[in-house]
Amino acid sequence: MDRRNFFKASLGATVASAAALASSSVQARPNLEPAPDAVGMLFDATLCVGCKACVTKCKQVNGMPPVPMGGDVHADFALDLSAQTLNVIKVHAEGKGAVKDVLVDGFSFEKRSCMHCVDPGCVSVCPVKALKRHPGTGIVSYDVDACIGCRTCMTGCPYNVPQYDYNNALGKIHKCQMCNQKGVERIDQGMMTGCAEACPTGATLFGTRAALLEEAKRRLALKPGQVYNYPRGDVRKPDSFHEKAVPEYQRTVWGEKEAGGTNVMHLSSIPYDKLGMPPLGERSFASISEGVQGTVYNYMALPAIALGGLTWLVRRNIEGGHDEGGKQ
Amino acid sequence: MSEYVELKRPLFTPFFMALALLVGLAVVFLAVRFVNGMGSVANLNGGYSWGIWVVYDIVVGTALACGGYALAVTVYVFNKGKYHPLIRPALLTSLLGYGFAAFGAFVDMGRWWQFYNLFLPWQMNFHSVMLEVGLCVSAYVMVLSIEFLPTILQRFRAQALAQRIESVLSRALFFVIALGILLPTMHQSSLGSFLIAMGWKVHPLWQTLHFQPLLAVLSAFTMGFAIVVLESSLAAAAFRRAPETPLLAGLGRIIVGLIVAFLVIRFAAILWQGKLGRIFAFDLGSLMFLIETALFAYPLAVLISPRGRRNAKKLLYAAASMVLAGALYRFDAFLITFDPGPGYSYFPAFPESMVTVGTVAAEIMAYLYFVKKFPVLPREEHAAA
Amino acid sequence: MAKDSNFSFDASTDFAAIEQRLGVSRRTFLKFCTGVAASFGLGTKAAFAMAEAIANPAKRPPVIWLHGQECTGPTESLLRSEQPTFEHLILDLISLDYHQTLDAGAGHRVEAVKREAMEKYKGKYLLVVEGAIPLAQNGIFCKIGGQTMMDATREAAENAAAIVAFGSCASWGGVQSAAPNPTGATGAPQFLKGKTVVTIPGCPPNPANFLGTVLYFVTYGKLPPIDDKGRPKWAYSRLIHENCYRRPHFDAGRFATQFGDEGHRQGWCLYKLGCKGPETYNNCPSLEYNNVGGGVWPIGVGHPCFGCSEQGTGFNKPMFSLAEVKTHTPPNAFPNIADRQNPTSSTVVAAAAVAGAAVGAFLGATAVAGKKLDGKQAEASQSADKGA
Repeated sequence: MDRRNFFKASLGATVASAAALASSSVQARPNLEPAPDAVGMLFDATLCVGCKACVTKCKQVNGMPPVPMGGDVHADFALDLSAQTLNVIKVHAEGKGAVKDVLVDGFSFEKRSCMHCVDPGCVSVCPVKALKRHPGTGIVSYDVDACIGCRTCMTGCPYNVPQYDYNNALGKIHKCQMCNQKGVERIDQGMMTGCAEACPTGATLFGTRAALLEEAKRRLALKPGQVYNYPRGDVRKPDSFHEKAVPEYQRTVWGEKEAGGTNVMHLSSIPYDKLGMPPLGERSFASISEGVQGTVYNYMALPAIALGGLTWLVRRNIEGGHDEGGKQ
Repeated sequence: MSEYVELKRPLFTPFFMALALLVGLAVVFLAVRFVNGMGSVANLNGGYSWGIWVVYDIVVGTALACGGYALAVTVYVFNKGKYHPLIRPALLTSLLGYGFAAFGAFVDMGRWWQFYNLFLPWQMNFHSVMLEVGLCVSAYVMVLSIEFLPTILQRFRAQALAQRIESVLSRALFFVIALGILLPTMHQSSLGSFLIAMGWKVHPLWQTLHFQPLLAVLSAFTMGFAIVVLESSLAAAAFRRAPETPLLAGLGRIIVGLIVAFLVIRFAAILWQGKLGRIFAFDLGSLMFLIETALFAYPLAVLISPRGRRNAKKLLYAAASMVLAGALYRFDAFLITFDPGPGYSYFPAFPESMVTVGTVAAEIMAYLYFVKKFPVLPREEHAAA
Repeated sequence: MAKDSNFSFDASTDFAAIEQRLGVSRRTFLKFCTGVAASFGLGTKAAFAMAEAIANPAKRPPVIWLHGQECTGPTESLLRSEQPTFEHLILDLISLDYHQTLDAGAGHRVEAVKREAMEKYKGKYLLVVEGAIPLAQNGIFCKIGGQTMMDATREAAENAAAIVAFGSCASWGGVQSAAPNPTGATGAPQFLKGKTVVTIPGCPPNPANFLGTVLYFVTYGKLPPIDDKGRPKWAYSRLIHENCYRRPHFDAGRFATQFGDEGHRQGWCLYKLGCKGPETYNNCPSLEYNNVGGGVWPIGVGHPCFGCSEQGTGFNKPMFSLAEVKTHTPPNAFPNIADRQNPTSSTVVAAAAVAGAAVGAFLGATAVAGKKLDGKQAEASQSADKGA
């Protein structure tokens, strides 16, 4: 290889990688928009009384066993999401943990379940489309027949939601599918999710994402102490209301914008990070990752050009003989 | 006529039998894994869904197997024919590394009996880094097998069939070699892209977002050269052959350039993203980063002088340090400083780590088998020349 | 009582006379005492002490009973008490010297009796207040015999051995104290600041809670342990929600949503209908009401608890509004945010050893190889020199 060719080759490589890098930031796709008829839930931690009716109902709908503590089934002691638990009520307590919805010496409940991201990381990283975002409802569903069990969805989920059943030789991923999975299909039948139906206080409220966001913002606009008529069940057609004084809410709705937003949104009186919410910006990691991948692999153009160039170079070098001795 | 010879040494040495024992243990644990599920041998959980099986066998293992890739680029793209004698052992380690990485991926697959979905076009999610890695690794294992096929066929040269295959192969070989360069470039960069999608769980010092693919492929490439040096030096020491230092010294020069490029890009990315202060936070992340940087810096310091490059021992130490640096870079990003949130913890279980140890042992056994039964290692005179 | 046995009486205890006087068999009488003692959480010994106290007429305390703003519900419910019947209570257990509803006499004569009794039993009588005390406009909203309830209460409380506020009105004001409270209705403890007032809230209150408290006083000559609101702990220390037989339905998320719906007919939890069990302390789930039997108490018959005995709840919160669930001092049964379902194997130490060994093997092999190579290179350069 002469000096000229070496420079040509190295220049080409440099230009290619620089172009890829430069364009990746330009071409990177924006966050996905919410699905047109996105359904979701609004969890208002200040309304939650910790009855765990939603946990029980969820297990009932999904046919999941309780998680015993110490081998005996006395009650459901699920600590976190797992292959047996798609929805769990947790607590953040500080100091004496005496007063609800207060940070210092207080406590707050928190509901952990799939957030049904608007721009879901799990869907973006799944190699075999086992996780899909429904084009209409935005529900993130799981297809067990496609799944290869690589668990990339678990790494790609900012909330650690998908759970693989490690204790089963034929284990699968378990996650909330908004009660619309095959054989349940509550949403398709015009019903609401099990947890929203069971919730006695309306802490878990069902509805379209737009209606829920409106409701959430209405609550944030109220003065603390003002009495508000909180709806229960489905925000569009509540089965009943109940009056309660408005607490001092955090000023944002979690899930309006975080990492592109979520269909399951949260309200709380104490900072969201205390409730285990991850440090997220407005940009979804899925959009960044897909931006980079998309730039490099757009229509496989770049790899094809690279392959062509490489083939030409290798062929020339093999046939022309190496410049510094040796041969195949 | 060939520049390669088989090593005429007994295969069943005590060392070989000891490795067999480790492999046997791993097989037992694997049987348990397939009967009782992954949880019965591995310590994986909801936050750490990938343990050492993925991070060592695939992420680090394929990078360690980049010797064939690095040399192919040098020999066939930059036309440095003098390195050709090194290419067969490098191809062998690559083939073994990638083969066992694919095996590791299969073992780690929770629903392995459905793995074929990866190859059904209507199931493919083209946004997925995992798909890209899966397809590339599968394709590359095949490419490596084809590239390595001449070595196998050489032994059976007498047979007419072998000759016919070889003649067909030699006509298409340039394309195969080109593929064998493209594929690792693609998926080694993708191993970096994995980290983008993992988002906030990756420590800020390792979460360089857009720079991930470039840093990943650069470090893999550097590790490829280092592993060639390492493997050649270890083989020379173990089989009491003359070291191929003059050839390796040339690789040392390339390594220097690559390390400089890697470090410059990495520090620039960290600086640009305003995370420089994190380096001196002296928490776990900062300490690991400093150890890593030291491991990168040592080969740089040694190999930058021609004297250091020509010293067989120093060359070996530098290569070992580089290999450790590259491996640690991946371990840190994917496991050690990876934090999926409060409450999660991971450390491999004993059976889990023994499966990985068994995989490595199997790789070494296969390497010994091939170099002793097939013409893989370069002729000694050639190397000394 | 004999020292060596819990089951005998002093010779002075004349059971034949009791049987005669109370019109009950010795057996029924002892059963009653044991039952009352048991509801205190006390043993057989206390039951016999009570039996003895009751059997001894000398110990019957005189009682002055005042009525304020109220519906006479507490007295009405007491009239329907069965164990013992009210007549036994007022004729044999206590000496009811003044009671505006029950006194046979009327007018100034009765008032005179009251004053006499208060003078005669100074410092010994038991004062029972029933009904709220209006404070607005100097208490003109409630007068008996020209005396305001304020004055009557203050006067009677002056020399009382103990004061019992019977019913929610007397305990914290009751229905007339609800906003806007035009009469300034106030409970006895709030009015008689500085004095210990035992409160037996409820609308109407459970007569058993009153009887038990009075019997305790008769037996031991002192009041039972009370909480910060003056309620006897034996009766009011338990939250209805935590002792409700419908509680499993709450935990399971099975709620009646309308009266008469499927869940209501199945006996599911009434929380969604506004049950105040989660914020009300009372012993209704265990005692039910007035010995009617058959699960007769509000929740038992399918109506949400109204919180009648709880200050700030009954008459203050809308009947069907949601209650606050007061008791789950976290983190009793809730996992913390950082709690995870981690399978942690105990073999990590062995694994750590393996990892150490692997790194060690790598470094060791490198070092050994390095040494060997050094020798080889020296050899090679020597031979090269020779060759040259």
